[in-house]
Amino acid sequence: MKKIFILFSILSFTAFVACKKEEKAPVTTPSPSPTPAGGSVNLEFANMVGNQPLVFNTGYKVMGGDSFRVTKFNYYITNVKLIKDDNSIYSEPNSYHLLEHSNPASTLINLANVPTGSYKSVSFQLGVDSALNVSGAKPGDLDPINGMFWSWNSGYIMLKFEGSSPVSTASNKGLVFHVGGFSGVNKVQRTITINLGSTTANVNNSTPKIKVSADAMDLFVAPNAISFATLNTVHMPGTNAKLIADNYANMFSLISVTN
Amino acid sequence: MQICKTIPLTTLAVLALAMGFTMCKVDPKIVPTLPVNDIKEIIPEGWPQPVYRFERNPLTEKGFALGRELFYDPILSKDNTISCGTCHQQFVAFANADHALSHGIDGKFGTRNSPGLFNLTWHPSFMHDGGVNHIENQPLAPVENPVEMDEKMANVIAKLQSSAKYRRLFNDAFGSEEVNYQRFAFAFTQFMGMMYSYNSKYDAVKRKEGTSAFNASEQKGYDLFIAKCNSCHKEPLFSDFSFRNNGLSVNPNLKDSGRAHITLNPLDIYKFKVPSLRNIALTRPYMHDGRFETLEECLNHYTSGVTNLLNLDPQLQNGISLSDQDKQDIIAFLKTLTDYKFLFDKKFADPNGQ
Repeated sequence: MKKIFILFSILSFTAFVACKKEEKAPVTTPSPSPTPAGGSVNLEFANMVGNQPLVFNTGYKVMGGDSFRVTKFNYYITNVKLIKDDNSIYSEPNSYHLLEHSNPASTLINLANVPTGSYKSVSFQLGVDSALNVSGAKPGDLDPINGMFWSWNSGYIMLKFEGSSPVSTASNKGLVFHVGGFSGVNKVQRTITINLGSTTANVNNSTPKIKVSADAMDLFVAPNAISFATLNTVHMPGTNAKLIADNYANMFSLISVTN
Repeated sequence: MQICKTIPLTTLAVLALAMGFTMCKVDPKIVPTLPVNDIKEIIPEGWPQPVYRFERNPLTEKGFALGRELFYDPILSKDNTISCGTCHQQFVAFANADHALSHGIDGKFGTRNSPGLFNLTWHPSFMHDGGVNHIENQPLAPVENPVEMDEKMANVIAKLQSSAKYRRLFNDAFGSEEVNYQRFAFAFTQFMGMMYSYNSKYDAVKRKEGTSAFNASEQKGYDLFIAKCNSCHKEPLFSDFSFRNNGLSVNPNLKDSGRAHITLNPLDIYKFKVPSLRNIALTRPYMHDGRFETLEECLNHYTSGVTNLLNLDPQLQNGISLSDQDKQDIIAFLKTLTDYKFLFDKKFADPNGQ
């Protein structure tokens, strides 16, 4: 009996030690939840070229212009918001997503804890907020080791498109569009709002899916028509980066809403 | 002039001997207990608030110790040959002795002079062109520069993660063996941020410590300095950290546009970050491209060498008027900015050093 008692004491002490760390966690007091139980929304980005899905190393042609191939296509989608029919807004907390075409899982954004209701539009920013470009090392999608941060000229590369074109004058006929710039006249963040039209996204117990097209061809079409013979390399903030940014503001369009 | 030129060399020789002597006393087989019990933020009296505080990166001995290991480890370079300490040597206030331009892997040359490192938490930007805007992201620049360490930070993180030693050190510092860039940067910043230099003779005089006083030449030099140099090399940090064109001719091999390389603003062409003059007697060669070997040459530039190519600083339109005696006095003053306590503080030395 005594032995059992000792064993029990040791075990409870061990348990106490093991739990010590958790005991330090702040005590959460249950509070009445003001928001009605919500659901989640999947925001899916389908990378396209024209009306075909983007496939790396496949030949494409800019409408009426140069042919090209793509080897890399990454961009930041941030500050995702859903706008209800009554104009109230759901803003995703910590909304920073690096979408990499080479990593299909990254192109699906799951918005959690969305209040119940009917949503008529979605908005997001292409690019990382200026403040996050000047405030040091960040983890996760904002980690500089993702290759979307300039080491010599601090700041995020908001969109990275790489490939080739027979008309490119760069070495190896390369196309390198690293678009960034977060301050003053060099800002390249663009806010995009997409109306969902007649089919609103209805958040109840289901998980609606909003599918959006990101057409890489649009990087080079309007309002600034890009000829790869004259512009094939952008690797710092400035005028050329802004030409592409003004184009990627028009890169997204709605494919479908599935409730 | 000839005599004066030998003074810095003599000083260096004495220092080098002293360094050698200090090193010889340490048995290489014995790992000394690190004197890291004074890891805390310091804001010397009368100094402005630092730009970087340690709010989200709390200082710890283990964090500092990890940063120190990383600073001296060539694992940061592509071929594991070059560490930060290779081009930033403590005995010359973490500048690179005798190197006009920094040397990278495979014998590659950089385009700029390796600056001294101290009081970094007061810097609003880093590099001669200010291209790096935050101390935590500074390590990315030399690591990823093709003519410096030529490595990808993602590879550095992978190499560290696969090292049992670093998994242990990251665990010690951050509570788990996970290596990621933010942890790397935090540890690095703890080490770099602790490099305080505020114990020169100048500081002792200003603080009226004991019998500390300038001699006549130093005092005259200080008065001249305040009148003619302090508007850019502003005390107590001895820089206002602005970008200015100080009238250097353009090196035709480097064609360095300076700050404009970052901003693309034509008004920034040939502007470089004003360097601190603390420890300046040791950090030769001077200027962003290491073109001057001596302080005399630097002062001669300001009196008679200023060229007005583009965007010359308005204060230098007519150069700076100084007699030969003025120059000697200013140099005497500048030598009071050497902080021997900092140079010999063992907590900044290579932890695996010989």
